[in-house]
Amino acid sequence: MGKVEKVSLLSAKNKKLLKNPLGIENPVTVQVLGICSALAVTVKMKPAIVMAISVTVVVALSNMIISLIRKSIPGRIRIIVQLVVIATLVIIVDQFLKAFAFDVSKQLSVFVGLIITNCILMGRLEAFAMSSDPWPSFLDGIGNGAGYGLILIIVSFFREFLGSGTVLGYPVMEKLGVYNFGYEDNGMMILPPMALIILGLIIWFQRARNKSLIETS
Amino acid sequence: MSFLLDKMKKIEPLFKKGGRFEKLYSFYEGFASFLFVPDKVTTKGSHIRDHMDMKRTMTVVIIALMPALLFGCYNIGLQHTRAFGLNDWPVIQMFLFGFIKLLPMIIVSYLVGLGIEFIAAQIRGHEISEGYLVTGMLIPLIMPVDVPLWMLAISVAFAVILGKEVFGGTGMNILNPALTARAFLFFSYPGRMSGDKVWIEGLTKGGGPDGFSGATPLALARLDGFDQMPSPMEMFVGTIPGSVGETSVVAILIGAFILLLTGVGSWRIMLSMTLGALGMGLLLNAVGGNEYTQIPAYYHLIMGGFAFGTVFMATDPVTAAQTNTGKYIYGALTGIMVVIIRVFNPAYPEGTMLAILLMNVMAPLIDHYVVNASIRRRLKRGRRV
Repeated sequence: MGKVEKVSLLSAKNKKLLKNPLGIENPVTVQVLGICSALAVTVKMKPAIVMAISVTVVVALSNMIISLIRKSIPGRIRIIVQLVVIATLVIIVDQFLKAFAFDVSKQLSVFVGLIITNCILMGRLEAFAMSSDPWPSFLDGIGNGAGYGLILIIVSFFREFLGSGTVLGYPVMEKLGVYNFGYEDNGMMILPPMALIILGLIIWFQRARNKSLIETS
Repeated sequence: MSFLLDKMKKIEPLFKKGGRFEKLYSFYEGFASFLFVPDKVTTKGSHIRDHMDMKRTMTVVIIALMPALLFGCYNIGLQHTRAFGLNDWPVIQMFLFGFIKLLPMIIVSYLVGLGIEFIAAQIRGHEISEGYLVTGMLIPLIMPVDVPLWMLAISVAFAVILGKEVFGGTGMNILNPALTARAFLFFSYPGRMSGDKVWIEGLTKGGGPDGFSGATPLALARLDGFDQMPSPMEMFVGTIPGSVGETSVVAILIGAFILLLTGVGSWRIMLSMTLGALGMGLLLNAVGGNEYTQIPAYYHLIMGGFAFGTVFMATDPVTAAQTNTGKYIYGALTGIMVVIIRVFNPAYPEGTMLAILLMNVMAPLIDHYVVNASIRRRLKRGRRV
């Protein structure tokens, strides 16, 4: 047994694991992972939030489980083992949604199942959980899930607000009465390309504020 | 004019480095070279500069657009009188009616577009580029007359920011900004960009006689309304419903003549695009398929935005292919795509916009292969010697 380091549960280092994925290490806008589902589920805010929570749960738990058994996973088959863990968790989440939030589950349709292929999951498992202790891995999962969720919610907010005139289903635009002045909802916001454009604008905004993210080529 | 020149020279030091308004130099520069030929001289090596800089090129395009613009004004009035049965309007009244409808669109387009360009130039410390002069005139001409001004404004903002400034401003854009604006509106507010009401002033607000259809020939052809389509002569002259500046092939041809005479527009693209569309139309006439394929091939050249797109959009020197061989390929493929989209895609009766945008994206690829082919050919020749 080597020297056991005593670290408090929320040390500065661990806090960073939670905080960085929200900003300078964001999985979507900086690492550009998980784009596909970000385009697919962000038409309305409700499914986006459910998706964000589902992914966070799956990343955090799978990170922790893999970290717990990381020393007994043979290196050559680790991807398969990781996939088994993720798939199990995803199926649990999927069944849970079907049981308790059937409408949202129907809206998300295949995309809950596709969390298995979400690049963020494999990325975190390979890059972090395979070489870290369970508690930091768990925090890292929460952080990355939240970072992904944050972007999802921002994108879906703009798409729902400008595309359907509602926020979480509440008809804001109608209550404001802007339709009487000739305002119309933007149909392009509902189409997938607009999610990509909004995502691009967020990346632009983030890089303009944080120059260290700009690559020098 | 010399009074103005003296005045401009006198205030110039204020905007130079160290002057009181040095931050606003791009404003000064943009305004000064808008009025006068720039006095810049090359300091290193020998270059021949002529006065045909970007501003003069743009001015020629603006002049070439004038016939289409003027006819557009007249046509707005003409369509309005037809729809509302106002048979006693003299021509001048129709023209003025159209002009008053069109003027706010042009003003909004320029205000928003130039505003963004000015701000972008200030932020980047660039000179203000004059690329928007033409775009700002093109945008109102490819819109339906009844498009609300706020929609026009956001589409212009979208096109200038995301179509152009993001890529580095004038000369760096991949997509034609004017068509980007139109495509944005087309997908955002389809109800305002197609149908049988938007093309004629006043119809969307109700009014208008019952059952009157202001559909464009393209839409009529799609809706199996062949017998209601206007005659080829009408479509050629342009007394049909449609976007403001696109209806009259005659006016556009005058513009094309100006562009070709001054060498501003590329005859290679115009020619190959026309031949491409005509060829594809003839092929479809021969093969058949759906009813729409049976439209005479030459109809495609005079319907919808084809003429306008060919002369003013596809030839955009920034977004078109740059090599001469590439221009033939680019033009021909654009023409073919126009007809394919029109005939086979029921959702989008107007294929010109989409075809040109698609080929804008492909243009660098075409150039790449043309240049590589040329390099390979020369290498082979070198080896043989």
